[in-house]
Amino acid sequence: MSRYFTEEHEWIDVEDEIATVGITDYAQEQLGDIVFVELPVEGATFDKGDDAAVVESVKAASDVYAPISGEVVEANGALEDEPALVNSDAEEDGWFFKLRITDASELEGLMNEAAYKKFVASL
Amino acid sequence: MSGNEDVTHLEEELPLQPLPLDAWHRAKGARMVGFAGYHMPIQYEGIMAEHSWTREHAGLFDVSHMGQLTFSDDSEGRGVDDALEQLLPSDIKGLKPFRQRYSMLLDEEGGILDDLMVSRVGDGAFDGADIYMVVNGATKYDDIGWVIEHLPDEVVMNHMDEQALLALQGPEAGEAMAALVPGTADLLFMQSGLFEWRGVPLWISRSGYTGEDGFEISLPADDAKLLADALCELPQVKPIGLGARDSLRLEAGLPLYGHDLTPAVSTIGADLGFAIQKRRREEGGFIGHARVMKELAEGPGSRRVGLKIDGRLPAREGANIFAGDVLVGEVTSGGFAPTVGAPIAMGWVSLPHAAIDTALEIEVRGKRIAATVAPMPFVPHRYRRKA
Repeated sequence: MSRYFTEEHEWIDVEDEIATVGITDYAQEQLGDIVFVELPVEGATFDKGDDAAVVESVKAASDVYAPISGEVVEANGALEDEPALVNSDAEEDGWFFKLRITDASELEGLMNEAAYKKFVASL
Repeated sequence: MSGNEDVTHLEEELPLQPLPLDAWHRAKGARMVGFAGYHMPIQYEGIMAEHSWTREHAGLFDVSHMGQLTFSDDSEGRGVDDALEQLLPSDIKGLKPFRQRYSMLLDEEGGILDDLMVSRVGDGAFDGADIYMVVNGATKYDDIGWVIEHLPDEVVMNHMDEQALLALQGPEAGEAMAALVPGTADLLFMQSGLFEWRGVPLWISRSGYTGEDGFEISLPADDAKLLADALCELPQVKPIGLGARDSLRLEAGLPLYGHDLTPAVSTIGADLGFAIQKRRREEGGFIGHARVMKELAEGPGSRRVGLKIDGRLPAREGANIFAGDVLVGEVTSGGFAPTVGAPIAMGWVSLPHAAIDTALEIEVRGKRIAATVAPMPFVPHRYRRKA
């Protein structure tokens, strides 16, 4: 399994044709206390860059984009009951949704963990 | 991931000035944002934790961005009271020394230019001024311009821009404040006094913007760090940022100027008629009086109301409010309320739909969520009204 990162502070775990998407620990830290997550429905299809989910912190609402194109095969229902899971475990249990990847070549421009760390340090 | 919807209302444009406690906030781990022309701490450890701490213990807020004004009469007469009764709809002549009132500046059409606190000074505080006033930070320069335009020559207004303002709020604020300044134990809600602490003059009023017991402390900016450190050394006190200040005041049903109150809305519609005492309503003689009397007689077109939201999705400023297919209002403040444990909102709704318990809908990202007009405050006030 490989993990990719975007400049929009999302992470993507890729296993075969399925990509699991979440926001990074840096992102949850910036957002602060998360009180609501609006997830996409199963079967929804997104192009890379589409609005796919919304995360609401105490102070603001933020979009979560589809980092690559695909069809939603699962959304993390645990976030509906416990949105704070995004704060406590952003990069594992706090995942948002899983996509069936339609164009694996879109992964090519994304960062690996080392590059993302460097990117965050530069902010 | 990126911010959307115009909900980051705590952030404004450059250029920003530092507060007197800028370095202190940063050393305490604050995340700073631009607000009202200043770099201000939006949070230290997190909005939810800071909100809860203030509801349970005592929070220290730096509100030095607010405008602190004094008014004096050169001719030793009562010119200040006459002048301020022109400018403010509240009873100033009947305001006793060391007492404070909530009031506002109205324009000729009765629109709200700002809301403010006005106190009668005593004990020679503020160089012997008659009246002390605290206005909102984001509007202070406009306020000053408006006030100067309407003041007679013998009344002198002083903007104390070398003065800091700290607020200590929460159920343990009384014991924390008394630990440093024992005399404050006798103050009741909306009373003030001049105190001295380590040689520093403190003008302290028992008031605030959280719905909790607490104090607002005006002191020379150069001494602010000394007091902030002394307060935060007490076990009851932690520094609290603007984020929690906003969620606390929303739960307390207190309007935020520039959002819930604007020049487009009126005192009566805003449910702030309590600030206009009977004599002032009857006698008038203040800017905006005609609108107040008209709305007292006929009712305002719309009202500021509280809204309870079904479910977990917050409705935020700018969201439209519907009764069936009819657009009846707009959310002016909204978010998750930590003490309530659910989203709440404040908004303006046309009068036929503004009664308590009216079922309405709010549109959030194309979806309708159910909301009910609710009494405010959402969290009961706990002011110290009796000894």
